[in-house]
Amino acid sequence: MNDERTEQILDEEAQALIGAGEAPDPRGDMKRAKAKIQSPGRIAWRRFLRHRLALGGMVFVGILFLVAIFAEFLAPYDPNVVNTSAFRTPPSSEHWLGTDSAGRDVLSRLIFGARVSLTVGVAAALSALGLGTLLGLLAGVVGGWVDSFIMRAVDVFLSFPSLMLILLLVAVLGPSIGTIVVVIALFEWPTAARIVRQMALSVKETDFVLSARAVGSSRWRIMRKHVAPAVLSPLTVVGTLLAAQAILLEAALSFLGLGVKQPQASWGGMLEEAKSLTILEQMPWMWIPPGLTIAVTVLAINFIGDGLRDAFDPRQQM
Amino acid sequence: MTQRPNDSSREPLLEVRNLNTTFKTETGTVQAVRGVNWEIYPGEFLGVVGESGSGKSVTMASIMGLVPTPPGSVGADSVTFEGKDLLSLNERQMRRIRGHEISMIFQDPMTSFNPVHTIGNQISEAIRVHDSKMTRRAAKKRSIELLSLVGVPSPEVRFAQFPHEYSGGMRQRAMIAMAIANQPKLIIADEPTTALDVTIQAQILDVLNLIQEETDAATILITHDLGLIAEMSDRVLVMYAGKVVETATVFELFADPKHPYTLGLLASLPRLDSQLDSLLSIPGQPPSLITPPTGCSFHPRCDLTKGRSECRSELPVLVEASNGHHTACHFWDEMTEIAEVVTDTVGIDVRSSVET
Repeated sequence: MNDERTEQILDEEAQALIGAGEAPDPRGDMKRAKAKIQSPGRIAWRRFLRHRLALGGMVFVGILFLVAIFAEFLAPYDPNVVNTSAFRTPPSSEHWLGTDSAGRDVLSRLIFGARVSLTVGVAAALSALGLGTLLGLLAGVVGGWVDSFIMRAVDVFLSFPSLMLILLLVAVLGPSIGTIVVVIALFEWPTAARIVRQMALSVKETDFVLSARAVGSSRWRIMRKHVAPAVLSPLTVVGTLLAAQAILLEAALSFLGLGVKQPQASWGGMLEEAKSLTILEQMPWMWIPPGLTIAVTVLAINFIGDGLRDAFDPRQQM
Repeated sequence: MTQRPNDSSREPLLEVRNLNTTFKTETGTVQAVRGVNWEIYPGEFLGVVGESGSGKSVTMASIMGLVPTPPGSVGADSVTFEGKDLLSLNERQMRRIRGHEISMIFQDPMTSFNPVHTIGNQISEAIRVHDSKMTRRAAKKRSIELLSLVGVPSPEVRFAQFPHEYSGGMRQRAMIAMAIANQPKLIIADEPTTALDVTIQAQILDVLNLIQEETDAATILITHDLGLIAEMSDRVLVMYAGKVVETATVFELFADPKHPYTLGLLASLPRLDSQLDSLLSIPGQPPSLITPPTGCSFHPRCDLTKGRSECRSELPVLVEASNGHHTACHFWDEMTEIAEVVTDTVGIDVRSSVET
């Protein structure tokens, strides 16, 4: 019986495919021909939408962005106001997620903390991508000693224990969102650079680049027209993964007290409270919400990255 | 080295003198093109034949400055195109020649278009590269004209389609449209039909013929198909092991080949008018171009050598056998003899039958 049903489903699918693919009149009218055109981008988007986890991740991150943008309207309390009458109160109808050691509302701090995490995630990922793309393109397209120099730099950066250096740099420069972004970008660009260089090298060898050269296109034009689009899809994947990493790094820095300055709320900073054993053991409402939020956010972003990678993979079946 | 034709007072469009192209590889330096001399006149249809690795494509890539250097290196006494020495131009000046004065049609239309851009976009690009004042709209209009000129049906729709929506033959047509976009004076077609179905080949050749009539551009057709050469060319260049071994008008070459290699090529064509159990082939292998044979590079496979030492020790130069017919063979005057032997084996004179 099960088999029968599967067969029926397959049949329907086949029918749908035939119906969608072949127009009865082979030439078709202009309108139909136009509707049939599928850019690679559109195909990738359709594949992405079929990826359940990625879609879920995107919805979650989307909501998170809205929360961060409208934090003022959503937060029940001012996140920085100290309420002396309510220290470390457990969750109640008044404070849904309780209050922290300074009597501040945990939910409100969580909501405002989204701003810091998302800002750092997006800004650091974008700067790392920008730097990495620029250097990767330079290495791949120009080649020669420029290539060797940049790639050795990549090796050096990847072989350092980056967290230690980031800590050091932040300590020297003084903690703020700006320095955190810059410092993270400074240590995360090599991944992007490697991928861009590799793509540039492989695209450079293709027949269509040769034919573009035969038509008289300049190096710069070929880079813009042929290398950039090829690099774009793997870069979006790397970008999401970098953003997730940056959020984790920011949380780690804040946890170690080198993140955004108190009293500004950030998820990592909220976790700092869990350094105390009493809180860790007896007051889980103070560290579980930020910890969980960080984990779920990073997971969601990684899912988006997975979905993008599958969507851009040409070997993937429709 | 060669005295070039008495056949005209015309200036050659492109004149190549002593062109050498080498590639450094791990096993040694490959001498892909070894001192080649030839020229093409305005409006002429020149066929270049030779087996794989004979240096046909590398010669053309060298002229266009498309040989990748480091591994490759190109040298010549001169490569003169309309009075300009192409090898002395810098990259910027060369870009103005490529696709504008000289354009190329590549072998594989499947991979010669970028799959992420529409065909129209790529043809427009070829136009706009050379005319910065050309608007997007004007380039589109011109591209559609070009597509319809090369016989792409409903060009307005096709303009906006991606390469994967084109069939192989249509893509090659689009490729031709791109090559003629800037009305080049010279079109180099590098095995334009090799990747295509036989039935499509004929159509593509028709298109090539048509555009040559329309634009009056000189055309170089690189191929290893003698049938194509017979059908299309005015004059033929036969290449072997990085050298030109024979040049003649297409009629002369088929009727009276003056180089044993050319005769071997003719004899190995499949024939309908003679019954043979198997196709004739030229014995042996093309030589390694890392250590080419001394003397005449064809001597290890040649029936005409008969053990004579000149073939092994002396490099034959192109000599004029008859008016406008050049051959690089020491004993070309013995060709008739050898042709008769071939006639005996094949059962028919391979030379005469193509003349029709």
